[in-house]
Amino acid sequence: MDQSSPIPLDKLIVCTHCDAVFTLERPQVGQRAICARCGTVLITPRRKAGLQIIAVSFAITILIIAATVFPFLSISAAGTTNSVSILDAALAFSDGPLVALALTTAALIIFVPLARVLLTIYVLVPIVLDRPPARGSTQAFRLAEALRPWSMAEIFVLGCAVALIKISDLADVAFGPAFWMFSGLVVLVVVQDNFLCRWSVWKSLDKTQTS
Amino acid sequence: MEVAGQNTNIISARDLGVVACMRCTQVWPAGTQACGRCGSAIVSRDHKSLQRVWALWLVGLMCYVPANMYPMLQTRTLLSVQEDTIVGGAVELIHHGAVGIALIILIASVVIPLGKFMAIAFLAISVKRPSSVSNHHRQMLYEVVEYIGRWSMIDIFVVAIMSSLVQLNTLAAVNPGRASLFFALSVIFTMLSAQAFDSRMIWDVRTRQEGAPLDE
Repeated sequence: MDQSSPIPLDKLIVCTHCDAVFTLERPQVGQRAICARCGTVLITPRRKAGLQIIAVSFAITILIIAATVFPFLSISAAGTTNSVSILDAALAFSDGPLVALALTTAALIIFVPLARVLLTIYVLVPIVLDRPPARGSTQAFRLAEALRPWSMAEIFVLGCAVALIKISDLADVAFGPAFWMFSGLVVLVVVQDNFLCRWSVWKSLDKTQTS
Repeated sequence: MEVAGQNTNIISARDLGVVACMRCTQVWPAGTQACGRCGSAIVSRDHKSLQRVWALWLVGLMCYVPANMYPMLQTRTLLSVQEDTIVGGAVELIHHGAVGIALIILIASVVIPLGKFMAIAFLAISVKRPSSVSNHHRQMLYEVVEYIGRWSMIDIFVVAIMSSLVQLNTLAAVNPGRASLFFALSVIFTMLSAQAFDSRMIWDVRTRQEGAPLDE
């Protein structure tokens, strides 16, 4: 109908939560653009965010691998001790149909967070270096964003706290090195998530691809 | 804080004849099928989404029933084997005097899931018929549901940690019960149900019903 519509699509920004349209006004670094109707944050540019996110992502990768391998928690009661790693905890559901649950748990607390940081590194490194985006960057970033609600490392940490309180009157609980790594990791995951301005990433993926 | 645009006369993308990609927010002319930037499918309003919401909601609710009937944890000590359902375990904790933890468990695995079912149902109904709750409150409710949905998984993680940790040979052992599987499924399906909901529809009702009296 109106194929050659006079609407300048590049000058518009739409809130994905409430579908309100605004004319695009890029906020200054440190400021935020917020939907005037529903209050959703639309753009949050940060200075050197790309580099910081890459650094944090590498730290997260190392911590995830280390936290998975080292002992996580150990308990002892009446001379018997048992220490487990995060992988053990995830694979606790190991008989019969509960295997599916074991795999899901392992995915939610280890593999999804790991996949997300690796995808983020893959997408952001070329952008920060002012190179054309790597092959399949858009698909990679789309996947990273789709996985976002399924990354549950922080929930696992709170789960640990509840479990520890429940166990503590039954036996003595000791923290392994992995416990502290995992706690640090959770802070970094939250930092990484909040530093990342999705709008800016998509913008740079777009710019570099069409030119 | 900068606001992109004026506060007055906010129009929706659909009324302007454009449509935005829900994944990467790129704007396209109305009728575009797939985003040229990130490749996601684009629909101005996903009306079929309500069917998906209700279907996933129902599956989640159906899984929630066995999650409460079957035992969540099986505790084996030297003298006895005890199987606790979610509520039974919390009651047990209250008897032991740990009221705080019992409350956390009851809130995380009973109050929040039930609240989520009600909230999603309310939102899905409210886009079809006018509601006296303002759009802002409904949007806020939707965001709370989306945010809090993931946290119900905490129960599963507690069971996982306890049953892997408390394996002290003959002395004591904790094993996961069947309910854990159903509870996890229930959480996952309610999360999917909330994600399927197209929150843009919350704001359409207002524009469509502008001036029409609320039949309450």
